[in-house]
Amino acid sequence: MKIAVCLKRVPEMELRFSIAADRKSLEQAGLKYEMGDFDGYALEVGLQLVDKAGSGEVVALCLGPDGVQETLRKALAMGAARAVQLKADEVPFDGSAVAAALAAELKDGGYDLILFGRMATDTASGTVGPMTAHLLDLPCVTAISHLDVADGRGTARRDLEGATETVQFSLPAVLTIDEGIARARLATLKGIMAAKKKPLDVRPAQLGKVSLTVESMALPPERSGGRIIGEGPEAVPELVRLLRTEAKVL
Amino acid sequence: MATTFAFAESRDGALRKVAFEAVTAARQAADASGGGEVHALLIGAPGIAGRAEELGRYGADVVTTVEHPQLERYNPEVFAATAEARLRAGGYRAVFFAASAQGRDLAPRVAARVGVSLASDVTDFEVRDDAVLARHPAYTGKVIVTLRLTGTPALLSLRPGAVTAAEQPRSARVERAEPALDPASARVTVTETSQESGAKLDLGEAPVIVSGGRGLRAAENFKLVEELAAAFGNAAVGATRAVTDDGWRPSTDQIGQTGRLVSPDLYVALGISGAIQHLAGMRTAKTIVAINKDKDAPIFKIADYGIVGDLFEIVPRLTEEIRKAKGGQ
Repeated sequence: MKIAVCLKRVPEMELRFSIAADRKSLEQAGLKYEMGDFDGYALEVGLQLVDKAGSGEVVALCLGPDGVQETLRKALAMGAARAVQLKADEVPFDGSAVAAALAAELKDGGYDLILFGRMATDTASGTVGPMTAHLLDLPCVTAISHLDVADGRGTARRDLEGATETVQFSLPAVLTIDEGIARARLATLKGIMAAKKKPLDVRPAQLGKVSLTVESMALPPERSGGRIIGEGPEAVPELVRLLRTEAKVL
Repeated sequence: MATTFAFAESRDGALRKVAFEAVTAARQAADASGGGEVHALLIGAPGIAGRAEELGRYGADVVTTVEHPQLERYNPEVFAATAEARLRAGGYRAVFFAASAQGRDLAPRVAARVGVSLASDVTDFEVRDDAVLARHPAYTGKVIVTLRLTGTPALLSLRPGAVTAAEQPRSARVERAEPALDPASARVTVTETSQESGAKLDLGEAPVIVSGGRGLRAAENFKLVEELAAAFGNAAVGATRAVTDDGWRPSTDQIGQTGRLVSPDLYVALGISGAIQHLAGMRTAKTIVAINKDKDAPIFKIADYGIVGDLFEIVPRLTEEIRKAKGGQ
C-alpha cells in the first residue's frame, strides 16, 4: 500500500492575529506554525493503513517555503518513510493553483491512496483535495469520518447535516479526512531521531494559474455584545423582553 | 446584465433551505448587474421536477431539471459532470452553491472540471465589472478574508444561513436535461443515507439553535437543552466539541471549527465557555444569548445578552417564559 499524504503548515490558531500593513496578510511577528489539525488525522489514517497492510509506505508532501520542512520532519517522525517539499515562496490562497502543483508531483507516483485533511485550518476552504483528484482523474471522497479499505475497494462514511452517508469507491483514490476518525499519534523520541536520516526531497512547485487572490484581510468586527443583563433566574423576564422587542427573534 | 446560476440542493425529494438561499444570492447578483436571468439546476429521482416552481418563487427564471432513478441519492461524479455541462453552455457571471455537506463536496469538483477557482464558505459577496468579491471567515473565524475572483464564471459556495432566502416570485421556465454522465459508470457511489436524528430540525436550517457545553455536567442534563429548543418550536440542538468528544451528543451535533459552521437568527449558548474552536462555528449568528456561571467566560464577550448564574436554575425558567411567549402569539 503506497500512500501520499498532503499536509499544510498553518499558524497556530490559539494565537492572537493581527493584520499586516499591506492589509492583505497576517502580521508575521509572533506567529508560530504547526501541521493542520485535519492533516494530522489524514497522516494518522495513512500510517494505520500501511501498518495494517503490512507493507508499503507513506510519503508526506508539503508545498511552501523552507519553513514547511519542519512540518515534514514531524511527519517523518510520526512514521512517514520520506518527504517531498514543493518549494514556493508562499502558498497561494487559490486552491486550484495548489492542486496543479500537487497533481504534477503525484501523477506518476503510483499511489494507491492520496490523503488530505478535510480542509486547511487557515484558508478553511476544502478545495485542494477534490481539485487534485480531478486533475489526476481519480475518484474522490471528501470529509470522511470512518474508513475501511480492502481488496482495492473502500467504504467511507461522511457526516451530513443530521444524517450520515455511506460511500463506496475504487482504488486508487483521493480522500479527504474529517475529524473523529483517528487521533494523530505523537512522535516518539526514536521517531524523531530516525526522521533526521529519512529522505526529504525539495523540488520547485509548479503552481497553476491563479484567479482567486486575497483582496484584503480584516479582523472580524467586535460584536456589539459583551452585555451581561443580569444574574440568576430573575434576569429571565428581561432577556425575553429584549429578545422580543430589541432582537425581534420571538 | 449578467446571467447567474444556482445549484438547488435537495434531499429525499424535497428542496433544502440552502437551495432557496443559493437562488436568492443568484437573484441578488443578477439584479446588481442590471437584472439578468437566474438559472437553477435541480437533480434527483423522477418527480423532483415537481419542485421546480418553488425555485421560481425565490427568483429563478429557468430551472433545469435532471431526473434519473439512480439519482435519488447524491452522486458526486454525475452531479459534478451535469453541473459542468450547464456551466459550459450558459456563459454565467456568478455561480452559487451551498457550503453544506453536499455543496462543500460538489462545488470544488465542478470548479476543477470547469477550470476555475472557487471561493468557499462565503458569508457576503459583491459582483463588480472585473471581479467578484467574496467575504470568507478563515483562520477559525478570527480573520475575515475578502477574496477576489477574476475567472469567469466566478464560483462561490455560501455558508448556510448567511444569505436570507427572500421570495421574488417568477414563473420559472422548466427545462429537462439528461445526466451528463451515466450513473452506472460512476466510480464513487453513495450506497446508503441514514437519518441520525429523526425528524429533528437541522442545525443549518433552524432559525434558532440552543447549544450545550460542559457546563451541563452530564449527558442526561441535555434534556434541559432539548426542552428549551422545544419551547422555541423552531430550534435545533447543538453542542460543543468537548461534549461530542465525550459522547454526550452525536458528532454531527458539534458546532465549531471542526464541526458545523452556523449562522442562525438566534444562538443560545448554555454552559459554554466560548473556546475559540466553538466561537469559529457560531460567531456569525445574528443574536447570541449566553448563560454561564463564570462571568469572565469568553462567550460573554460576544454575547448580545448574557445571564450569569446557575444554568440549572435559569434554563427551566427561560423555557417556561419562552413557552408562554410563543403560546401568546
